[in-house]
Amino acid sequence: MIDTAKFKPKTIYVTYIAATPEKVWQALTDPAFTTHYFFGFAVDVEPKQGGRFRLFWPDGHVHVTGEVVDWSPPRRFSCSWLVEGMKDFGELPQCLVTYDIEPSGEAVKLTMTESHSWDVPRDILKGGESGWPKILSGLKSLLETGKPLALDTKEEPPPEFMAAVKKAIAEKPWLKG
Amino acid sequence: MGKPKFVYVTYIRTTPEKLWAALTDPRTIRKYWFGMTVECDWKPGSPWRLKFEDGRTADTGEILEADPPKRLVIGKWHNQFKPELNAAGMSRCTMEIEMVDYYPGFGRKAVKLMITHEAESEQGAPLIEAVSGGWPKVLSNLKSLLETGDVAFKG
Repeated sequence: MIDTAKFKPKTIYVTYIAATPEKVWQALTDPAFTTHYFFGFAVDVEPKQGGRFRLFWPDGHVHVTGEVVDWSPPRRFSCSWLVEGMKDFGELPQCLVTYDIEPSGEAVKLTMTESHSWDVPRDILKGGESGWPKILSGLKSLLETGKPLALDTKEEPPPEFMAAVKKAIAEKPWLKG
Repeated sequence: MGKPKFVYVTYIRTTPEKLWAALTDPRTIRKYWFGMTVECDWKPGSPWRLKFEDGRTADTGEILEADPPKRLVIGKWHNQFKPELNAAGMSRCTMEIEMVDYYPGFGRKAVKLMITHEAESEQGAPLIEAVSGGWPKVLSNLKSLLETGDVAFKG
């Protein structure tokens, strides 16, 4: 189990959804939902703390692997996150992705928190900053309208993101005190 | 440290024109902004006023830029109902609307809305903290209203 105390929140995204906490939980943990809003990824999660967490491309190869850190349906789902499916990305330290689900009036407040254990460069955080609004806007549309957003999600990450990842992998700043 | 700011992005199944109308029409604003409404003619240099349902002024400001249906900048945004937020000084809010790539086969367009709310000075941190809580509610409601005809969060 990873030491979550070492992870600091870096990117937070909040959205309010007209749905029940149970529905939002299902949308986050059931591949029948994630394939429609999460860049086509199918989630595969062992439903327990310490269980395995993975995201798969539509062609079946793995994109993200991790471990379930908190499995508290329908309130909190947290997992470690290592991008293995892109060249060299697996050398970056894993991050922590936590979803908090709270009833709020007649809606549900969903808070996504991306946390890191090292001093991540701004340009690397831009990856999540650009991706999460697309993913979570799509989740909200899917639950509220039954249809995903028609975003073209095949675009490449921004060049400064790729450059920052390359630099970090070469210099490995997380290994220095 | 730079000036405190809050950035929020949401993607909405609509058109830039409909989104612009929703951002500037007082009757529509009232539906997704918890009964608040706006007085403004949306011309650069014009005053902008956000009002409570009972008519009290919540915030004042001035239109710095209005380029429909792409870009709206409200400057001199100043809270008028909470002393501690009034003391945090003025801020500037930029709303940018952009058509995004979408799958044409879906027959449904998608629009990116980016809100950047930035304090005019380093003393503006409490104000930016307050708007960081408010914008996700308002913009979640705006998205729901445009996509489903009803809001998500009724307050």
